[in-house]
Amino acid sequence: MSLAFLIEQLLNGLQFGVMLFLMAAGLTLVFGVMGLINLAHGSLFMIGAFFCSWIGEVSGSFWVGLGGGLLAAALAGAVIEIVVIRRLYDRDHLDQVLATFALILILSEVTRWIFGDQPLYLDVPPLLAGALPLPGGGGYPIYRLAIIVVGLATAYGLYLLITRTRLGMRIRAGESDREMIGALGVDIRTLYTAIFALGAALAGLAGGMVGVLQSVQVGMGEPVLILAFVVIVIGGIGSVKGALVGSILVGLTDTLGRVFLPRLFALMLPTAEATAVGSALASVTIYLLMAAILVWRPRGLFPVGA
Amino acid sequence: MTNGLSREQVVNGSLLALLLAAPLIAAALDEPFYVSLATRVAILALAGVGLNLALGYGGMVSFGHAAFFGLGGYVAGIAAFHAFEESAFLTWPFTIGGSDQLLVVWTVTALVVALVALAIGAVSLRTSGVYFIMITLAFAQMIYYLAISLPTYGGEDGLSIYLRNQLPMGDSAEPLTFFFVCYGLLLLALFVSARLVASRFGAALQCARMNEVRLATLGIAPFPVKLTAFVLSAVITGIAGALFADLNGFVGPSMLSWHRSGEIMIFVILGGVGRLFGPLAGAALFILLESFVGGFTDRWQLILGAVLLAVVLFARGGLIGLLAGKLRHG
Repeated sequence: MSLAFLIEQLLNGLQFGVMLFLMAAGLTLVFGVMGLINLAHGSLFMIGAFFCSWIGEVSGSFWVGLGGGLLAAALAGAVIEIVVIRRLYDRDHLDQVLATFALILILSEVTRWIFGDQPLYLDVPPLLAGALPLPGGGGYPIYRLAIIVVGLATAYGLYLLITRTRLGMRIRAGESDREMIGALGVDIRTLYTAIFALGAALAGLAGGMVGVLQSVQVGMGEPVLILAFVVIVIGGIGSVKGALVGSILVGLTDTLGRVFLPRLFALMLPTAEATAVGSALASVTIYLLMAAILVWRPRGLFPVGA
Repeated sequence: MTNGLSREQVVNGSLLALLLAAPLIAAALDEPFYVSLATRVAILALAGVGLNLALGYGGMVSFGHAAFFGLGGYVAGIAAFHAFEESAFLTWPFTIGGSDQLLVVWTVTALVVALVALAIGAVSLRTSGVYFIMITLAFAQMIYYLAISLPTYGGEDGLSIYLRNQLPMGDSAEPLTFFFVCYGLLLLALFVSARLVASRFGAALQCARMNEVRLATLGIAPFPVKLTAFVLSAVITGIAGALFADLNGFVGPSMLSWHRSGEIMIFVILGGVGRLFGPLAGAALFILLESFVGGFTDRWQLILGAVLLAVVLFARGGLIGLLAGKLRHG
């Protein structure tokens, strides 16, 4: 095993983690401020990916497509919040789960209606084509590096937004006492819509960027959504910092587990069995990680408002 | 009650009678499709009765009951697979072969599901609220991926059951006989649930849903009560899964998927949360909508989503609530 291979896998894990962060950040913000569990977040990811590839194809520019996908997801998020989600803030979690599950069914079917059953594909934008050489030979796709950079920049931007701006101040105030900031004259309805749309935009951004790496199809948001749940459970629901740490942890564990567990078992078992046992175990490592962390800390690594 | 029967009891009795009459009439008219449809209703209602115990009475919003449903299915499938191949499931430390007997399959299902539910419940019940929802979902997903990574048992393609598992007497391959088996188990589960809810244990469970601190002050630790109910709920759903695999002659990862968890939850909600017969009403409504709406449009999921959204937002008592009036608190 070469150094280049190790670096490549570490970067893959980081890229996956950063992508998960974009999803988890929106989920955790919405839960932290509005106390809402939103299963339909994966559908916003899907909407971002579909609009990115569609607008990208029509306009001929990936960048226009990415912007369009992000806007479409934000817009869809705002509309969903105003029409449905708003009615759920005072309900219990069971109602929220069911209503947002219903939204998934509706959004998936409408997307299938508009875009058809065929998966769409996106090309790597020419600016980011090619690979960066790694020490010891081989190369790493620049596009994946770009995702890491965009993800980390977004995390930093989110940090600045929450700690340095007026909107961020209101978000923090909303997290600690919802009723009070309403009483202080902040238009809480608009604030909620804005936060929901922000989370949706992040999901749309993730969807658009991932559309290049995988096929764009209905249901693509669901595996990512469940991993994002694992991330925020590990990080502590409501904590953006926890979401960042959790997503990098999950991204690295999952990627490295898939690569190295079969090899590890190959030291002890015949190849065929080692591959079978290793890959079976690799598919469950992150859930075992989650269980272990919960036994240790039932409210996640960075518990919010204990 | 002066006349002895409440409106809800009349509704419940009619539901049971309808479910029994439908396949009999269908069999008399030689329409095997409707017999199998009624069998599906009975099986899915059984799965819902299981979830209702945890969700409706215990307030544990498990979003991972597909794990138990699918495990039951895989026990049935794997037992039939080894019985058909005449191979062994395990050769060390002792030999375990396959089986084509329903009674054996159900016993093993109950044991396996109880063990898994005990492990999942022990970790998940350390948390509550939204954590519990997400963790049960995540564990179910873990079992889903585990099933996909097992090439011996079909991996992503699933496993066919060539010969339906058999009864000690009667022919389980006969559609009407198999319906009676499922119907009988549904009645049994409803009876057990009713007795359980009315018992001391049931009172403790419902108190744990409303106020855990109060239950603890009464000298009853909430955790064992909830864990017991969770395991029992999982076992009932697991048996339903074993029946479902035998009905379809097939078990695959789709039985474990989180859409399935959502569906089982939908049965409970459509029918009415915390109503004994809610899951039966919900499953019947779901299957009827699916087969008749699905008959004339491909967009059945869209309709289902809209109906579900409307029920959650505007009709919280579900179908039983609509027919029998609001839940009374005595």
